[in-house]
Amino acid sequence: MKFILHATTEITSKPLIAEVVLETGILLNIDRADVKPSGGEVVIDVHQDGYDTVTAAFKKRGATITPLEQPVIKDEDECVNCGACISVCPTGVISFKDDWTVQMEVDKCVQCGACVTMCPHGALKIDK
Amino acid sequence: MSDKTIQDINEKIADGSVAVVTAEEMPGIVAELGAEGAAREVDIVTTGTFGAMCSSGAFLNLGHSDPPIKMQKVWFNDVEAYTGLAAIDAYMGATQLSETRGMEYGGAHVIEDLVAGKSVDIHATAYGTDCYPRKLLDTTVTIDDINQATMFNPRNGYQKYNVATNCSDRTLYTYMGTLLPDCGNATYSAAGVLSPMYNDPTYQTIGMGSRIFLCGAQGYVTGQGTQHDPTNNFATMMVQGDLKQMDKKYVRGATFHGYGTSLYVGIGIPIPILNADIAQATAITDADITTNVLDYGVARRSRPVLRQVNYEELKSGMIDINGKEVTTSPMSSFHDARAIAEELKDWIKRGEFYPTLPVENLPNSGVVFKPMKQMGEQPTVADVMAKRVTTIRQGLTVEDAAKVIMEGNFNHLPVVSDEDKLAGIITAWDIAKAVAKSKQDKVDDIMTREVVTADASEPIDTAARRLEQHNISAMPVVNKHSKVVGIITSDDISKLVGRR
Ligand code: SF4
Ligand code: SF4
Repeated sequence: MKFILHATTEITSKPLIAEVVLETGILLNIDRADVKPSGGEVVIDVHQDGYDTVTAAFKKRGATITPLEQPVIKDEDECVNCGACISVCPTGVISFKDDWTVQMEVDKCVQCGACVTMCPHGALKIDK
Repeated sequence: MSDKTIQDINEKIADGSVAVVTAEEMPGIVAELGAEGAAREVDIVTTGTFGAMCSSGAFLNLGHSDPPIKMQKVWFNDVEAYTGLAAIDAYMGATQLSETRGMEYGGAHVIEDLVAGKSVDIHATAYGTDCYPRKLLDTTVTIDDINQATMFNPRNGYQKYNVATNCSDRTLYTYMGTLLPDCGNATYSAAGVLSPMYNDPTYQTIGMGSRIFLCGAQGYVTGQGTQHDPTNNFATMMVQGDLKQMDKKYVRGATFHGYGTSLYVGIGIPIPILNADIAQATAITDADITTNVLDYGVARRSRPVLRQVNYEELKSGMIDINGKEVTTSPMSSFHDARAIAEELKDWIKRGEFYPTLPVENLPNSGVVFKPMKQMGEQPTVADVMAKRVTTIRQGLTVEDAAKVIMEGNFNHLPVVSDEDKLAGIITAWDIAKAVAKSKQDKVDDIMTREVVTADASEPIDTAARRLEQHNISAMPVVNKHSKVVGIITSDDISKLVGRR
């Protein structure tokens, strides 16, 4: 399961993720990290069984958690099924079905935003 | 067998006995019955394409205001349209950008909004004459409020198009979409097997006066498109149709990030199967249609061809470029191309659409797409670069570098290896920083290793754009052995532009 970890400047200076891994003994996969002077935003993937323990450990340290249920949203009215978005996705979320409509396996999405930029029809949006 | 005529076919449409198939179904039929048999059984083959066609637009006639105005400039939702046509006619081009929203909204979106029945704000200015005294106009209209709204597209329906990839080390934003660095992806256009003009590659049934499916309405080919290039299979056509009859599903404004706007236009051409030759041509498959993969990393008129590829390979989703598996994606919608071919087929079967033969066919030879005639020589990097360039060897100290820079009174110092190959670059600023930290470093420790370079033979414009994009003021010019042969600065370029 994926979630976004939002951390303020006070806590980004600490080895937050390492601490949580050590404390919980649960392995995390960092899909995407975007750390700016104003704070950080990290997309983390963790096995379902460890989700509650890990998110609780982050919350205890003052970070906010947003679960990523629908990381990228497609507006079906705008989408023309061109497939332009397919080739820019780093994790192969998007593909054609047999009838040449476009399908998304959203659980693989790391919210990089590449498809949003690519889509000529403004059909894609990243859920924040 | 005696050939069919268009009258024979149209009579069959009228009595409901016409046999229509799509271009996707035809290869199977010809394989089974042969071209002669297929020509006997099939009367019409429908094609379809739905993709970005930048050279598109619409003539809009607004009707006269009171007091009347002869519009000198006009904007629809802040997108300017051309008004050099009498008083209240305007031509809205698809790629014109909004003056307030930029690339997000353009002429293509205005056309889509009109077709969708949305209201559009109009602002016009004029100088005022005795017959047209009004100088300013502001109003809001929908497509029903205006007179003619005619889509008129100078260049549509490219027979085929190139595949775009990017061998450079930088992401490119083009009319072929985002192209990731190091051939990270490849994008292609056109519908392959359904492509209208590939199914009649000698244009025996396509030309001025051919009735076609245009964005959900019945429209016409009005002649060869601009840049029509039959010799290289880059045929194009000019088309016209009534915007008021169109279906918003097939008229869609688009934005290519970093490039601008374009219009997705849906076109379907019916090909009357008059004889076995025409039947044979419509048996074309994706595997039969080849095109070139071009490197858009080279911003020149002639881009290097990396390989040839056919549409079957492209549609598999992956092609091999220089030993690398590259993901492909189309920019046009095959799903909707298919929907168009099917819809046109239904129209014909229901007796709502009668194909015509052209009064003049598209030329299939003798037309050349010429490059632009440019005045004067285009200056290259070699013309403006400083040929005497001071470099410093790897392994020397920052102090050495500081001395060299001070003596030479310049800002950029390329660092070279013992074999004279470019290894990095340091600026006066890098040195100042190192000195401020009072570190006794080697140049290797403080130099930038990823150096943006120029080629002596490239035009000034591409070098200038690279400087701008990387936000730097100078680039070493290197030859193919990575040897520094000069240095070009933004100052050199501005001086030249000042002279031009
Ligand atoms: S944001 Fe788009 S491109 Fe990026 S991972 Fe998600 S689906 Fe793929
Ligand atoms: S690029 Fe946009 S319009 Fe095209 S298939 Fe993807 S979401 Fe749909």
